[in-house]
Formats: sequence, C-alpha cells, structure tokens
Amino acid sequence: MIDVLIIGSGGAGLTAALAAKNAGASVTVAGKAYPTNSQTSMAQGGMNAALGNVGEDHVSSHIADTIKSAHGLCDEEMVQQMCEDAPGTIAWLERLGVPFSRLDNEKSGTQTIAQRQMGGASAKRACYAQDYTGLKILHTLYDTCLKEKIHFLDEYYLLNLITEEGTVKGATFLDIRTGKVKQINAKSVIMATGGYGALYHGFTTNAYGSTGDGIAAVLRAGGAVSDMEFIQFHPTALKHSCILVSESARGEGGYLVNEKGERFVDELKPRDEVARAIFSQIKEGQRVFLDVRHLGEAKLMELLPQEVELCKLHEHVDPATELIPIKPVAHYSMGGIDVDTALEVNGIKGCFAVGECSNAKVHGANRLGGNSLLEITTFGKVAGENAYKYAVSVSSKAADDTQQQKDAGEIEALLSQKETANFYPYREKLGNLFYDKVGIVRENDQLNEALNEITMMQETKKEMGISDKSPTNNQNLIDFLEFQNALLLAPTIISAAIARDESRGAHYKVGFEHEDEALKKHRVLQWKKEETCK
Amino acid sequence: MQIKILRSETNTHQLYTLPAGEIPLLNALSYIKETQDATLTFSAGCRASVCGTCAVRVNGREELACAYKVKSGDIIEPLQYHPVLRDLKVDKHKAKETLLTSTAWLHSTQEASLTPSDERLSETQTDCILCDSCYSACPVYAVNPDFLGPFALTRAYRYSADKREGDMKNIIDNIQSNGVWDCTLCGECTAVCPKGIDPKMDITMLRGLSVQEGYNDPSFATQSFGTPDFGGGGFGFDPNAGF
Ligand SMILES: Cc1cc2nc3c(=O)[nH]c(=O)nc-3n(C[C@H](O)[C@H](O)[C@H](O)COP(=O)(O)OP(=O)(O)OC[C@H]3O[C@@H](n4cnc5c(N)ncnc54)[C@H](O)[C@@H]3O)c2cc1C
Ligand code: SF4
Ligand code: SF4
Ligand code: FES
Repeated sequence: MIDVLIIGSGGAGLTAALAAKNAGASVTVAGKAYPTNSQTSMAQGGMNAALGNVGEDHVSSHIADTIKSAHGLCDEEMVQQMCEDAPGTIAWLERLGVPFSRLDNEKSGTQTIAQRQMGGASAKRACYAQDYTGLKILHTLYDTCLKEKIHFLDEYYLLNLITEEGTVKGATFLDIRTGKVKQINAKSVIMATGGYGALYHGFTTNAYGSTGDGIAAVLRAGGAVSDMEFIQFHPTALKHSCILVSESARGEGGYLVNEKGERFVDELKPRDEVARAIFSQIKEGQRVFLDVRHLGEAKLMELLPQEVELCKLHEHVDPATELIPIKPVAHYSMGGIDVDTALEVNGIKGCFAVGECSNAKVHGANRLGGNSLLEITTFGKVAGENAYKYAVSVSSKAADDTQQQKDAGEIEALLSQKETANFYPYREKLGNLFYDKVGIVRENDQLNEALNEITMMQETKKEMGISDKSPTNNQNLIDFLEFQNALLLAPTIISAAIARDESRGAHYKVGFEHEDEALKKHRVLQWKKEETCK
Repeated sequence: MQIKILRSETNTHQLYTLPAGEIPLLNALSYIKETQDATLTFSAGCRASVCGTCAVRVNGREELACAYKVKSGDIIEPLQYHPVLRDLKVDKHKAKETLLTSTAWLHSTQEASLTPSDERLSETQTDCILCDSCYSACPVYAVNPDFLGPFALTRAYRYSADKREGDMKNIIDNIQSNGVWDCTLCGECTAVCPKGIDPKMDITMLRGLSVQEGYNDPSFATQSFGTPDFGGGGFGFDPNAGF
C-alpha cells in the first residue's frame, strides 16, 4: 500500500508530491487531466515573497498586508508561517530552475529576481516570470517530478474518499479512459483538487474543471468545509470572454476608466474594493475599460505579452493603442476544506488538504494577488511532509471494496438510465444564477431566491442524466459528475452567505454594509452522519 | 455555418451546423456538445491558450481550439501520431516518455548571477505549454516513433542554456540517440507552434553543443563517407577531424 496518495496535480499537488517523496514516502499523484493542464498554468501576475529586491520590504509587512486584506478572518500564525517561508520557497523554486524575470544588479541567486507591485501590497513583492508565472512554475515542478520519478495516474477522476471510522483509507476513481471504477488504498491522502470558481460557469476566469470536486468528496465523507461564502471577484476580466487580464497590468501603472474617460477608483486597492467600484459603474450604465496605452508597446510586450495577445484575439483590441473592455468575474475561492494548522482535514483523520481546495485560513475574507502561488508551494511542502509523518504511524490494513462497488453501481446506473433532461442548460443557469444573486453585491432576498432555485434544480437533477452512453472516454459523464458536485456545493455557499449578515472582504451585503464584530468568525459546515450517505 | 469533424467511431467526417458569427473553435465544440451531440469528445481546460489541452488539426494544420476562430467549411481532426482515444481526444502520454528520456530538468544546480539577458536566452522556450502541436506536425514521426521530438528537445535546450545547470553534458548525452541528429530541420514544428517557439533552432543549437561535447552526426558518418565503417558503427571515427 502506498504511503501518500495525492489527488490533483496542479502546483499544490506537485509540490506535495516532491516533498513527500523527498521525505521518503511512496507517492502516487492522481489527477483528472495531465499535470501541466492544471489551472495553475493560468496564473499570470506573480508570487509574493518579501525579498526586498526592488525597494525596501520586510516579512513583517507581508504579514501585515495579508492580515489586513483578510479582514479578521485569518489565522495569524498560519499567515506568519506562510510569509516567513516565502523567501525560502522562492529559493527552492530557483534551485529547481524556475525562469523568473530578472534584475540587472550584479548580484546572484534569488537576489536577481525582479519583483512587481500587486493590489493591496505595500511593496514590490511579487516575483514573476513575465506574465507566465504559473505556467513556468508548474512546468518546472513537473520536470522535477519526472526527475524524481513520481508516479502519475492521469485522467483519473476522483469519485469518493474511502473512510473507516473517520479515518481515510484511500479513494475511488473513475479511470476516464477505460470507464472502470478503481480503488487506490493509501495510508494517507492529500487533497489538492483546486477551487470552485467554475460554479460561476460563464462568469469566471477559472478553467472548466475548477468545480470543487475534492471539496464535495470531503463533505460526502464526513469532513468539514468553511468560509464557503467568500468568493473573490477579479476586477479585470475581458468583457466578452471572461479571460483574465492580470492585476499586474494595474500594478505596472494601468488605469481604470469609465466611458467618460474618468478614473473612479484607486487601482491599487485590494480586489474586493476595486471590483465593487467597477460593478457600481456598470450598474449605473457605464462601460468600464482598462487603459494601458501610456505604457507603450515595448513595455507591454515585455511585461504582459500574453495579455496583449489575448486582448487582440478575444476582444479585437490592441492594448497599445485601444482601451480594453473589462468586467469583474469570479476568480478565486477563499473557502474550502476546513483544515487545522497541520493541514489535516477537520473530520477525517489522515486526510490533508492544500491549495485552493483547502481553507488554511491565510486569505480570510479576501486573498491578496500573488498569495495563492505562494500558498500552494509553501503549504504543499508542509502537506507532503505531514502526510508522510502520519503514514509512518498507521497500519496498512486495506479497506474492503464497499465504496468501489457502490460507486461502480452508480456509474453503471448513470450510463444505463434514460436521459430526460439535458443538464448543460442547467449548468449555464447555475452560472447565471450565481453571478446575479450570489455575486459581487448580495442581498438576503436574492440569496434566498437563489437557494430555492438550487433546491428546485436538485429535484430536477433526478431527471437529468447523460445522453452519451459510451463507457470509455466519456466527457459527457465527467461534465455531469462535475455538475453534481457544483450543485452539492451551491447551498453551502448560499446558506453561509445568508447567515453572514455583514459585509467583510469579498462578501458584501446590502443592508449590512459594515463589519460586525460578533460575526468575525469562520463558518464551518459539516454534514450530519445520516446525510453523508446520499 | 457548417464544419466537419472527424468522428473516431465511424471514421467519417460528420457535418455540424453552427450559428453564423465569429467564435473560437472551442466555443463551437462546446456548443455542439451541449446542444446537438453530447457524444462529440474533445479536451479543454483554460480556454486562454495556456494549458495546452485543446490542440487539434484544422484543415490539416495544428491549432489551439481556444485560439482559432472557426470558418465555414473547416475540417477538424485530432492530432497526428498520437493514438486517438475518441474523436478529437488523443493520448498524450508519449510526452512524458520523451521528456523522461531527454532528462529535461536541472541535473546539478549551481547558484548563478542571472541577468535579464540570461533570462531571455530561454524565455521563449519556457513559454512551451506542452500542447503537442509540434509533435503532430513533425514528419519524422511517420518513420520513427521513437524520435524524442521537438518539444522535448526544446526543453532539453532550455535547461542546457540555463546558467544554473552545472552539468550540461548529462543532458547532451541523453539526446543523442533518436534525438538531435534525427531531426530533418524541416521547420514544420516552428511553423505550427502557438507560442512562437522555434524548436528547429533549438535543435540546431543542441547539435552545436553536442559537437562541443565530442559528438557528431552519426548518419553523416555513414552517409557521406559510405561504408564500410571500421567495425564500430562509426565509433572512434571522426569525419570532422581537422575541422
Ligand atoms: C487566470 C488566473 C490567474 C491567476 N493568477 C494568479 C497569480 O498571478 N498569482 C497567484 O498567486 N495566484 C493566481 N491565481 C490563483 C492560482 O493560480 C490558483 O489558486 C492556484 O494555481 C491553485 O492551485 P492548486 O494546485 O490548488 O489547484 P489547480 O491548479 O486548480 O489544480 C487542481 C488539480 O486537481 C485536479 N482535479 C480537480 N478535480 C479532480 C477530480 N475530481 N479528480 C482528480 N483530479 C482532480 C485537476 O486536474 C488539477 O490537476 C490565478 C488564477 C487564475 C484562474
Ligand atoms: S524541424 Fe525537426 S523536429 Fe521540427 S518538425 Fe522538422 S524534423 Fe521535426
Ligand atoms: S513547442 Fe510549441 S507546439 Fe510544441 S508543445 Fe510547446 S507550445 Fe506546443
Ligand atoms: S483550453 Fe487551454 S490551451 Fe486551449
């Protein structure tokens, strides 16, 4: 039996794999796509570490900025650990060969890494690799995993965790290629399955697969989730395609303007404030643009080559000479699997969670740009090491195949059952519903309406199904399983938002525009025992 | 607007009708899957040209579905030289093997003083998204399925050009057989790369590094100087001697 099973092969999963392997563990990484396909590839702007390479900076300022942006909802010790480890993590990535952008300062090692400013940061703190920071970190991690002979299972879709008496024993997967349900036994499990921003289908910067599968699996297995209501909206996504224009565009000096050409907000404020300012302009009937023309073509091509190309391709504008039409859309999920300071899942022993799927309480009510790449690499290491430590101490008695049988039965039923309602329009409807009623500005009436609609959709789900009956390579089936997970998470987000009668960070509610000291707490949700069996 | 898509089950091109208007091919494929034919199978992730998932062939040329604007009459097919799993979805596991064989990673790290110009030495190469387009376009695969291929060699070059690599020879040693000398320098890979990478040039550079490390073109040895060789498959015989 393997020591550590890692589910998800983005930046968090790959770092955890390298750390666990380095500690001496036998490791398997299972993911629903190939590692380099992960959403981590999309991160553009940068990764924070107080190196002070460009102007003065201190770890204490990084901690202070992060805590401030979290609006009282973070664990200050976790924040401290992450920020203190940041320079070391950058040094580690530097040793693996990450091609960071450089300064010409005749120094060596990490001291030559260029840094830029991101919203909410009091210094130029984000290390970057042009605007391909996530891509280059992810691929370097992958190359290193190949070097370390990490064992990968690609196109393995997580169905459920296997638990016995509250302890994890492994997980079941749909092998997408063969259509077989497989069981993997492991002494410990690390969830690294990414966030749930794709619930806002059609209104998100996220990749299609960020549907919160791992978080849903943890809920089903009796684990807890927390702070689900905190969804970050990124101020500047391309208006028509929702593709992100990185915050570094503003960090480098880009302006936000309305139709009349007026600037209406300090562009370097944290994302929640900027997103709301844009949203209210849009509500007033204004179109909003990002203006980077004054930066000049040469600088744009050097700092934001990817964005320039995406603007031309998807909006038919050339940022060097034209305004970029933008709107705020769902971008990052602060909430997720509730973990303790060792990153162990609250409610499931031996199961750890890291990255966007987990709530390690470092982002609180609003994440700072550049802190997620940092979280996945610093805490990825912690998760890998802790999972191995745990694995050493437990018995290797494998679980029986009850869960596997049950899951195989369900997949079979889905494949044989007649489809009466196509679920794709519902997926779209869910996205619209969330953007309209569980969006940037919330109201209790609308939240309640949304909850009712979700309940209705869950009823209709019984009639929904898939029309593709192929057992192998069935993407229609995967889309449906992802949609089921989204539907399962939807009420956790809405009910947590209803309960939070205040405004804090990314959660902003009409009628309750201020922070309420009494509500300065995490909202932890867990299913009752009876409900865990669906 | 109508487009044709090669379906693996029937091995025929199926005709689909789309509403008029300019949209990315990926949106068109999703539209078909969601509203007309849920069995049409393809892969996608970021829809922003950066995850490398969605490469297909359009009218015989490799394109990222999320970056290509569909036109009436387009013929969409899966990548070449990859086992087709279903419709436009192919098996890309070969990538892992060729990367493993090329040992495209830092072997022995040393601290170095890097400048913006050092970074630019491999900036484009590190833009590679492993979309497999170049691999699909490379004619060598028609005759040699063991060829390491453009992206793996580009990646090997990227690490060998990194000042942090203290033992470049290791990488060079591992790209000799089915590697740098098997490329015909036709430039097809360069022509199709959506990230503007030039694997052909990288391979040429690697050939130069190989020669510096004492290797030379094995086919040159046998072709230009003819057989018989001296019983060692060309070993110990240096046709470039005296250059
Ligand atoms: C456009 C964009 C730009 C961003 N820019 C920045 C930035 O500049 N700086 C920053 O710090 N952060 C940025 N972020 C946020 C950051 O990129 C993500 O939060 C981070 O990469 C998440 O990493 P992860 O490893 O937790 O998850 P992911 O990279 O999402 O990986 C999740 C993995 O889990 C797998 N998986 C999911 N479900 C299943 C399942 N059911 N079964 C098996 N496997 C599964 C997936 O295949 C994938 O491999 C950005 C995000 C986006 C979308
Ligand atoms: S240049 Fe070489 S690697 Fe590129 S397509 Fe031609 S033969 Fe293949
Ligand atoms: S070199 Fe270009 S075509 Fe080849 S895999 Fe990389 S990005 Fe794709
Ligand atoms: S979907 Fe990611 S490259 Fe096209």
